[in-house]
Amino acid sequence: MVDASTGNSQENVADVFLEGGASLRNATGPYFGSYGGRWMPESLIAALDEVEDTFEKAKADPEFLAQLKDLNKNYSGRPSLLTEAKRFSQHAGGARIFLKREDLNHTGSHKINNVLGQALLAKRMGKTRVIAETGAGQHGVASATAAALLGLECVVYMGAEDCRRQALNVARMQLLGATVVPVTNGSQTLKDAINDALRDWVANVDNTHYLLGTAAGAHPFPAMVRFFHEVIGEEARAQILEQTGRLPDVVCACIGGGSNAIGLFHSFLDDASVKIYGFEAGGDGVETGRHAAAITLGRPGVLHGARSYLMQDEDGQTVESHSISAGLDYPSVGPEHSYLADIGRVTYEPITDTEAMDAFRLLCRTEGIIPAIESSHALAGAIKVGKQLTEGKENPADTIIIVNLSGRGDKDVETAAEWFNMLDEEGHVKGTTLSTRKPKGASERSNLEIGTEEVSKDQN
Amino acid sequence: MTEQMTSKSAAAIDRAKAQGRAALIGYLPAGYPDVQSSIDAGIAMARNGADLIEIGIPYSDPVMDGAVIQAATTEAIANGFRVADVFDVVAGITAATDAAVLVMTYWNPVMRMGVDEFSRRLAEAGGAGLITPDLIPDEAAEWMAASDKYGLDRVFLVAPSSTPERMAMTVEASRGFVYAVSIMGVTGTRQSVSSSAEKVVADTHAAGAERVCVGLGVSNADHVREIAAYADGVIVGTALVAAIRDGGVDAVAELTKNLSAGLGRATAQA
Repeated sequence: MVDASTGNSQENVADVFLEGGASLRNATGPYFGSYGGRWMPESLIAALDEVEDTFEKAKADPEFLAQLKDLNKNYSGRPSLLTEAKRFSQHAGGARIFLKREDLNHTGSHKINNVLGQALLAKRMGKTRVIAETGAGQHGVASATAAALLGLECVVYMGAEDCRRQALNVARMQLLGATVVPVTNGSQTLKDAINDALRDWVANVDNTHYLLGTAAGAHPFPAMVRFFHEVIGEEARAQILEQTGRLPDVVCACIGGGSNAIGLFHSFLDDASVKIYGFEAGGDGVETGRHAAAITLGRPGVLHGARSYLMQDEDGQTVESHSISAGLDYPSVGPEHSYLADIGRVTYEPITDTEAMDAFRLLCRTEGIIPAIESSHALAGAIKVGKQLTEGKENPADTIIIVNLSGRGDKDVETAAEWFNMLDEEGHVKGTTLSTRKPKGASERSNLEIGTEEVSKDQN
Repeated sequence: MTEQMTSKSAAAIDRAKAQGRAALIGYLPAGYPDVQSSIDAGIAMARNGADLIEIGIPYSDPVMDGAVIQAATTEAIANGFRVADVFDVVAGITAATDAAVLVMTYWNPVMRMGVDEFSRRLAEAGGAGLITPDLIPDEAAEWMAASDKYGLDRVFLVAPSSTPERMAMTVEASRGFVYAVSIMGVTGTRQSVSSSAEKVVADTHAAGAERVCVGLGVSNADHVREIAAYADGVIVGTALVAAIRDGGVDAVAELTKNLSAGLGRATAQA
């Protein structure tokens, strides 16, 4: 699927842009080529204008930027490390692989970068309540965290299917004081959670900010979410220069909505020598129809406010996506990615569940790092690209790849245990007496006021 | 507002106005519970006092709809509804009644078929135009061209949150009438009509709209009566969807008759 010719076309396109003095880094929206825009109900346009106006002013306000920088450093723990994965690299043809350790951020993923920025904006707008959607729970946990930190009420919409897959994250959000609303519409996953969050927003827009978690949706969200994640690429670029003395040959990331990816990619878009790869969720394999590879197999359409690649049927109905990774289970993608795909600057490829889980296990065993299943798609992609670029080369270590390790895999342990057949019929880890299920006595504790009743019931 | 002699919606509203009353606009989704029932229900609405019929296209991600309409449109899709069926529904109703028939649709199904192709087929079916809940004039260049080409009404929405500038721009882009959202929220029955509705209508009229119709949360004859006092038309959706769900076409006929009593006149024969 990954072949050498795509790399050449990337260089050519980058050359065209760079020779003309054009930069791919200055795209501010609302449009990225023919993608993006505001395909939204009129009721929400005033709110989008308010967010845009507040964001533009904040971006130019040294006080806001200092506040954000302080939180990134002293609360999230930035800069995140750039770790060379030496043993893992041996399985990628010997190319040197560096991991951008977003898994080490507070809350365990890149999502904190965006929520801190947007929660500060919510305060600036005088909002007292934030709402969010979540797939894997990473963005929900991050939103609940920022809300707790800044004293905002927080409601998180989460597909009922995802609540089941990510029960631990539901509990985390509740512990942080958020209300989790299980969404039972449609496919009960991320897209349906966004629908319900939008319905909440339109009814409560006076006091509520919609803290959208990915670089998708109506303008200004794609440009704004990217802005808050650009720190990933800025740090990675400086760190790789410091550690190796040169730019990498490849940067890559997983793509759901595409926020961690656009944050990493942005600093390298104008570097013609750097090939960029985005790895979509191939699910059971794109040929089965059960996948979430919007760019690979979708066609342009509008969903949740943006024109972008979209998995849809002949009637324009959204097709349900499938992935072992809840965080990538989204049938569209941020509009800037659609544009970067069309102009050939970034190559997007699908990674199957099996490939991702193989890479997941490999990283656990070679580096002592349990990655998020989302990020495992990027790891699997790096292995493929690494093997390909080093093939027949005398010094494979001359090839340098940065992988965005967007999150840690603690939340995925149960999914992984199931996948690797580590559980007995009752769901206990084989060969132990330990239970991975709720211990006895838990029901007596469920009257503690730590969350919504609906969720407590679901979990009981 | 772009006015043409050919606006079917404007003509229907003006006929009601000539009788000294506001127009009644009834909404039902196409294909719910099946295509023939939605045709029969549309005809029943027209014969029991609805001046305009709004036929919704069931869509996978209806962000402006509340639980009742979501459930109905999800069921319609599960029952095999295809987007092209909407043209049969429109043709079936326009063949049997004088009501103006508009289609209410989220934008992606139109985009997928092709805006021009969709518009051509809607015009051929006798449709009056489109109500577009998630398409604002800012993104509507293709639809503006197609609606001009095929003589279709384009009903955009204004909301309590719309600025005067956006309201003026939306009024300018609309044809037939302007849809005033009564409340910040999604479709669904409510106890009372929002007090913001009257202001939105007044502002929209002041922005130059000749015809302004109010929708969202309008559930009974009392609501209709209240809104008819200041708007050119009253749009009822969720209550009618609940009626067809619970009592079929007969219940739709009964409710429409009941609602039209709120307009303060005897039931018209279509």
